[in-house]
Amino acid sequence: MLSSLLAATPWTSPVVDYHGLAPEIVVALGLCVVLLVDLFLAERSKWLLASLTGFTLLGAFIPVLTLALDDGGVRAMFDGRYVIDDFSLILKGLFLLAGYVVVLLSTTYIEEGEYYQGEYWVLMLSSILGMMMMTSSRDLVSVFVALEFLSIPAYMLAAWRKRDAKSNEAGVKYFLLGVFASAVMLYGMSLLYGVTNSTLLTDIGASISGELTAVRVLAIVFVVVGFAFKVSAVPFHTWAPDTYEGAPTPVTAFLSVASKAAGFVALVTVLYVAVPGGSDVWQPLVWVLAVLTMTVGNVLALRQTNIVRMLAYSSISQGGFILMPLAVAAEGGAGDAVLRSVVTYLIVYAATNLGTFAVILAVSRKTRSGEISSFGGLFSYAPGLGVVMTIFLGSLAGIPPLGGWIGKFSAFQAVLEAGTGWAYAIAVIGAVNSVVAFGYYGNVMREIWMRPVPDGDTTPIRTPAPLVLALSITTLSTLALGVLPGVALHFGDLATFAGAIGG
Amino acid sequence: MDQLRDANWVLSVGTFLPLAGVLVMLFIPKAEEQLNKAVALLTALATLAVGVYTLTQFDYDQAGKMQFVAETNWISVIKSTYYIGLDGISLPLYFLSMVITVLVMIYSWNHIPSPGNPKAFLILMLVLQTGMAGTFIAQDLILFFVFFELVLLPMYFMIGVWGGENRQYASLKFFLYTMFGSALMLVAFLALFFKTGAESFASPYLVENGGAIAKNTQVWIFAGMFIGFAVKVPMFPFHTWLPDAHTQAPTQGSVILAAILLKLGTYGFMRIAIPILPDAAVEWAPWIGLLAVIGIIYGALGCLAQSDMKRLIAFSSVAHMGFVMLGISTLTSFGMNAAVFGMVAHGLITGMLFFIAGSVKDRYHTLEIARLSGMLKQVPKLGWILGFCAMASLGLPGLAGFWGEFPAILSAYNPADGLSEEIFRVYMVIAALGTVFAAAYLLWLYQRTAFGEPNPEFASHADGHGDGHGHGHGHGDDHEEIRDVNIFEWIAWTPLLIAIVLFGVLPNLMFKIIDPAVATIVSGFGG
Repeated sequence: MLSSLLAATPWTSPVVDYHGLAPEIVVALGLCVVLLVDLFLAERSKWLLASLTGFTLLGAFIPVLTLALDDGGVRAMFDGRYVIDDFSLILKGLFLLAGYVVVLLSTTYIEEGEYYQGEYWVLMLSSILGMMMMTSSRDLVSVFVALEFLSIPAYMLAAWRKRDAKSNEAGVKYFLLGVFASAVMLYGMSLLYGVTNSTLLTDIGASISGELTAVRVLAIVFVVVGFAFKVSAVPFHTWAPDTYEGAPTPVTAFLSVASKAAGFVALVTVLYVAVPGGSDVWQPLVWVLAVLTMTVGNVLALRQTNIVRMLAYSSISQGGFILMPLAVAAEGGAGDAVLRSVVTYLIVYAATNLGTFAVILAVSRKTRSGEISSFGGLFSYAPGLGVVMTIFLGSLAGIPPLGGWIGKFSAFQAVLEAGTGWAYAIAVIGAVNSVVAFGYYGNVMREIWMRPVPDGDTTPIRTPAPLVLALSITTLSTLALGVLPGVALHFGDLATFAGAIGG
Repeated sequence: MDQLRDANWVLSVGTFLPLAGVLVMLFIPKAEEQLNKAVALLTALATLAVGVYTLTQFDYDQAGKMQFVAETNWISVIKSTYYIGLDGISLPLYFLSMVITVLVMIYSWNHIPSPGNPKAFLILMLVLQTGMAGTFIAQDLILFFVFFELVLLPMYFMIGVWGGENRQYASLKFFLYTMFGSALMLVAFLALFFKTGAESFASPYLVENGGAIAKNTQVWIFAGMFIGFAVKVPMFPFHTWLPDAHTQAPTQGSVILAAILLKLGTYGFMRIAIPILPDAAVEWAPWIGLLAVIGIIYGALGCLAQSDMKRLIAFSSVAHMGFVMLGISTLTSFGMNAAVFGMVAHGLITGMLFFIAGSVKDRYHTLEIARLSGMLKQVPKLGWILGFCAMASLGLPGLAGFWGEFPAILSAYNPADGLSEEIFRVYMVIAALGTVFAAAYLLWLYQRTAFGEPNPEFASHADGHGDGHGHGHGHGDDHEEIRDVNIFEWIAWTPLLIAIVLFGVLPNLMFKIIDPAVATIVSGFGG
């Protein structure tokens, strides 16, 4: 039996481009090393694992750099199912750096948390590995595998504080809704495969065009809805606030930045490569999702008293701004500008939001509270943290010259480049929303600068060194991206996105 | 655009020097209050020195052209450049911003409002200065937008932290109004960019190509800019943030707000909205004129109803900016000249009035007009200065205020081609009535606060020594002496008082700089 199969189709080993895969290989090796070393480390030396994880991520960044500097063009493996182009390299770099900052955020938190440390780092590395695979996947199967690879460790990370009911709730909610979303998406993918007879995204893209049959429409809608869960777009956002509040704060930072970005990467890849021909279906769908997401996220954020919950809704609303240009991605020549704006927004948002969480971690070490009011009078006893937090909040609100503005700006620019009536409508809605958003960001600023210290306790805050490093990285990038937006936009300006709209 | 001068570093240095001061101050401990003040003041003085140098190097025969032009790549992906320059309209406002910052710094030497912390207060002021100066020299819309927004956060904190009782509400209102306007303005800028072929954000390019956009589209794009600038001016009905912001802001904040920030809006109309979208400007002009005269009358009536001195001055700003906008709405060279002059004059005079209000509050711990009286007896110098400024504000000929108001009214007699003469002549009559109201509320204010016997509440410890002793932190101590103008106040105020007289007597000093630049703007309207 076996011999007859082998005889029928002579099997040749596929060509593996080891340079192209080097970043993933480094992270995978690092993952194994952390797992093994953890077994033999005494409890008091567990801090080594954090350093090991950090070095793994930085080490993986080196091949990303060499690949970026290499002029070999697009590297494709497995018949174009795994592609290393500018898009994937930039996002791999983003995931590695964001992951590194999350490691810095976690270090002290995990050490003081009295929970298993080794597993935490292993799970985090696997999730990041999944994200890196996601950026290169150009096949329904590998997209799905990467998505599960990055999600499943994240479910466990959310439930990390296993003796805490809220953390358990966070993990379970995230898991159940995540699995549900995967199922919906998988169903859509199976329909896509059914109607096109291929799982390769470019093949699907070639066969979906012109008149769409009902089953094709259904397939596209299911896939988009599946991703809408992952990026917590309204009305598929309900898991986000509870998960964000219950999960350990560094994990929340990780989820709200890296995990969300990975969802967008997948969505963009599928929309641009697999179903550009179905834009009549997904453009209106994304339009509605974007409007709902930014508006509902904003309105609910205004009512929050817990800072992490507020940031959860803020992150939902920011997701709406990332979705906004995608609603017009197939109009005229807007495709490139839309892609640029999504990537730019993800970069800027990562820097800013991670910074915000770094400040929250630093402050809550003293106040032991997640309430917004615990930030009262922060400027008077910790002026450094107060100013830095103001920078991050201002950036989230999109005030020039802080980083966030260039994300918002490029989103508006992309939308208006499309220039249709729908585009103008969503631009105006977005503009109004960006003002409303200041309501809750400004509220935190007001606590920091204008309110008294809640219990009169003005002992200064001692910020541990890893947090200081994380704060410096994020502050500098937020400022630099805002003053020299050319840098971020340059990264977003992707010449090649194999087989994409306008590309 | 000709490169008239090689010295194109001047503007960049003048704009960003305050940030260098900020950088230095970041490393000075908070407790070193005097050192912080000194560094801030020195930075402001150095900036002013660069400003003076700019004045001396400016080619006055070519005031209609952009000078000190510098252009370099900034965000090449979106075709936005770091493109700066200065002409006869920008120069007075650019320089005024530097002067006001220095004077406010001097005033701050012994007037740091509660809750103290001069380091943070002065850092914000320096950042503010960069934003203001940058707005007046930016020749690229995105650059303009960034500077325009840069002033928001510092002002928000200045009002919110160092302001009066209702400061948190006032600061948020200020912020949300302005941000709402600028968000729509940004959308308008982008629409303009794409409608002109997505080539460039540079204003000379847009001026050249903006006119070719279909009229209907122009009107919509203008609408977005209108909201952005009108909120900042502020024009009726977008003015409601102003009285709150002014009343709650610390003296320094009020002065900067009145003297410079409001001008960012009117300047935006003249520099961006009108020259780039001429057809839309003609369509919009009657409506702008209408809102302007409503603002004049409404502001004046608002003044008559106020019981708080600072709030009264704030409402008078609404009225004065109404005159400026009326001048702009005529789209004539005459009206625009008046408008620029009006901006500077209002900056000098109303800035001065807010200084006085701050000093009155320092001494009496109240600004309630009903409780103040007999200032001329109790603090004669302060009283006289108040009288002088009130006269200047109501537009007395011979003082600067006159040259902003009177030509603005006159220009409405004969608006640009394509505008209805009847409508604008009606506006003219209404605006003229407005000046009568202005005289009424200012004289009434003066009569109530300065004349008569001092309020016995304060009279027991009245004396008139004008020494340099500080009255910094108002804590309502009944036994505190009420002193006349002190040395820091004299230093801060004298330049403004001199300028008010100087420009009142020799208005041509400024008109001859403004006129050629204005002529360039209105050349498209046959004005």
